[in-house]
Parts: sequence; structure tokens; C-alpha cells
Amino acid sequence: MEIFTPANVSFIMAGFLKTIEISFLAIIFSVILGTVLALVKQYCTGKLSIFKWIVSAYIELFRCTPNLLWILFIYFTVKGSDIFISVLAFTIFTSAVMAEIIRGGLNSIPKSQFEAAKSQGFGFFSSMRLIILPQTFKTIIPALFSQCTTVIKDSSYLAGINVVEFMFSAKVVMGYTSDLSQVLLLYGFVFLLYFALNFGISLVVRAYQRRVVAA
Amino acid sequence: MLDGLFDARRWEITLSSMGPFWDGFFFTLQVTVAGLAISLVLGTVLGIFSTTRSRVLRAVSRVYVEFFQNTPLPVQVFFYYMAGPRVLQAILGAPSPVRISSFAIGAVGVGLYHAAYISEVIRTGIESVPRGQMEAALSQGFSRPQAYAYIILPQTFKVILPPLCNQALNLVKNTSVLALIAGGDLMYNADNFVSTYGYLQGYIMACVLYFIICFPLALLVQWLERRSKRRPRAKSIPGITPAPETAKEA
Repeated sequence: MEIFTPANVSFIMAGFLKTIEISFLAIIFSVILGTVLALVKQYCTGKLSIFKWIVSAYIELFRCTPNLLWILFIYFTVKGSDIFISVLAFTIFTSAVMAEIIRGGLNSIPKSQFEAAKSQGFGFFSSMRLIILPQTFKTIIPALFSQCTTVIKDSSYLAGINVVEFMFSAKVVMGYTSDLSQVLLLYGFVFLLYFALNFGISLVVRAYQRRVVAA
Repeated sequence: MLDGLFDARRWEITLSSMGPFWDGFFFTLQVTVAGLAISLVLGTVLGIFSTTRSRVLRAVSRVYVEFFQNTPLPVQVFFYYMAGPRVLQAILGAPSPVRISSFAIGAVGVGLYHAAYISEVIRTGIESVPRGQMEAALSQGFSRPQAYAYIILPQTFKVILPPLCNQALNLVKNTSVLALIAGGDLMYNADNFVSTYGYLQGYIMACVLYFIICFPLALLVQWLERRSKRRPRAKSIPGITPAPETAKEA
């Protein structure tokens, strides 16, 4: 167990916290941006349809290129702190995915909800904010949270640009040992923590789904 | 930030050194095909496991899926890359660590990872076929493997094809994980170009090449999704099937 010294463990755990911090911020921003993109793609018709095409192109571009490409691209072009670069790269990429998830949710809302909102005198934005979007988010929670796990997992790509997140800090510690059993132990630890975090999220989602299905 | 983006000379140099990009492009394609083969075979087996009556097989499939879905691909691939050679040495009793090629790490890495997702796709597909189909097949004298092969699996295709192609799309993108380790793939060669010349154009070319592979797949997914939503219709064979009635959709 000589690799798990207090100093090493606290170094690795700092990396783990950074992973959580980056993922959390990236998810928040991509849900916000994704909502805007989804609304534009869904409702900008007629004279505004140019925006719809721009957003569609944006979504297709990020859906068809790897995450790592955008991490490297942002790292190369934008100057800033690790956290800023990481969150920016993940937000531009994940918001495209979020937009598609949210659009799927919007499509599942019955048309009568829109008509009812309109007939009660709600304008576009207030009917979205008060009536449509709350229902949308309720239906897409499983997909949304599974995307959260994806972001947490993919944040380990950031080790490629030397952001000291969980994977990177574990690799640094691994550099101090050549003993195979120590390396395996450390990998076991890394796998375990990622697993606990992601599996915990998926358990919460499953419990939520059961409750909604039961209700 | 984006300086030199429209510099004609930089574009000229980039376009005249496309060799490594194409090498990486074809390497990525090879890893994709091999990884897809591994994940389809393993995923189908695990997916069938999870619908059998055997508790052991169901548990094996569950543990595999949860492990691979809940841990990051880069960590798995780092593990194969760093610990793999010495684990193989210990297992095979070789005198020195066993070298694993970049191709093998890539194919096995994405193959095992996506097998977990494909297994879930296959499982939902099988569960979407009504139970009566299996009972009917067994009552007609099919063995269980035969019933799976001739009755159950063919009916699942409509349900599983769209998510399966989506997995293929993700698999292509995930082969870029090789750039973090042994390399040789498109992302690695593009990154190499950028760090040699300092030209952003390298990433743009990589973007274009990935898009060339992935966009047709994305269109295929959309087409399959639309098709799977259509109601099935019997094929009309003149003289055998009754003349088609006019549409009577509810």
C-alpha cells in the first residue's frame, strides 16, 4: 500500500474534485445553451429560418466530430485557466447533444398544451418558461442525466491537455512506481471512484423513473 | 486566437502535407471496422445473455455492462496501454513485457467499451418482441438457439438498427482516444501536424475528415429512425396477396 501515502491520496482527490467541478459547470452551461439551441431549431421558422439552419449545422458539426478534437482546438486557440478552457470545450460540444435531447422532449409535449397556453393569453416566452419547458425537462431527465455521466467520463480526455483532473493526477502518481501490483491497485482505485460516481447517478435516475412510472 | 486562419500560405502548406492525415484517416477506419466487429459479436452475446433464464449469465452481462458504461473509455485505454503489456507478461510468462500494437489497443478498447452499449441495445430489441413469439416458436419444435436465430433476432432489427448505427457513429469518434496514447490515428496525426507547424489548419482538416466518416452515418441514423416509426405493411405479391385496400389508418 506504499503508494497510497497521505500526500498522494490528497493529490489524487484534488484531481477528483476538479473532475467534478469541471463536469458540473459544463453540464449547467450546456443545458442552458442547449435549451436556446433547441428552441431556435424548433421554432425559428419563416423569416427567421436562417437561424434554424445555422443551429442545425452547429448540431451536426459537433455530433459528427470527436470531443477530443474540440478540446485540443480550444486549448490551442483560447488562452485562459484550465477550468475555463475545459468548461468552454465541453460546453460547445455537449450543448449540441443537449439541444437534440431537449428537442426530443419538446416534440413529446402534446400540441394542445401550446394551444391552451396561447388561448389563455400567454406569449411565446412566458408559455415556454411557465408551461412547456417545465414539462419538457420532466420527460427528458433520464436522457439528461445519462448525458451527465458521459460528460464526467469524457472529462478524462482532458488529461490529454495536461489539466490536472482525476485521470491526470492518478497518472502523475503512477509515474513514481514501477511495481505492477501498485499500478494495478491505483487503477482499481481510479475505476472504483469513477464507477461509484456514475453508477450513483444512474441509480438516482432509475429511482426517479420508477417513481414517475408508479405515479 | 484564430490568427492565420485565412492565411493562404498556411493553407497551401497544410494541403501539401496531407499524407499523414490520410494515413490516420485509413488507420481510424481500420480500427473502427475491427472495433465494430468485436463490439457487435460481444454485444450480441451479452445482450442475449441478459434475456436468458440463467441467473449466472444475466449477472455476467449486468456486471460487464455496468462496469464498462460507468467508467471512462480513456481510463480503460490507458489501463490497456500501461498495465496491459506487463499483465500479459505475467500471464504468458514472457521474459519481457509484451508489446501491444496501437491497432490492437484501439480495436479492443472501443470494441469492449461499445459492446456494453450494444448489449443494451440488443436487450431492448429482444424485450420488444412479444413473449408469445418465443412460446410459439418453441411449440413449433424450434430449439431455443434456433428460435433466437430464426424468430426473435430478425424481428428485433427494426428496433435496434437506429441505436446500433448511433453506436457505430460514437465508436468512430471514440477511436480518437488513441491520440492520448499509442497514436497512429487521425486525431494523433493531426495533433502532430499542429504541434510541428503551429497551424490551426491541421485541426480543421481533421474536423473535415471525421465529418466525412460520421455525417453519412448520422444521416443513416435519421433515415432509419424515420423508417422505424412507419407502420409495417405486408409485401404485396400479385396473385397471392389480396389487392391492396385503400388506406384505412386509424
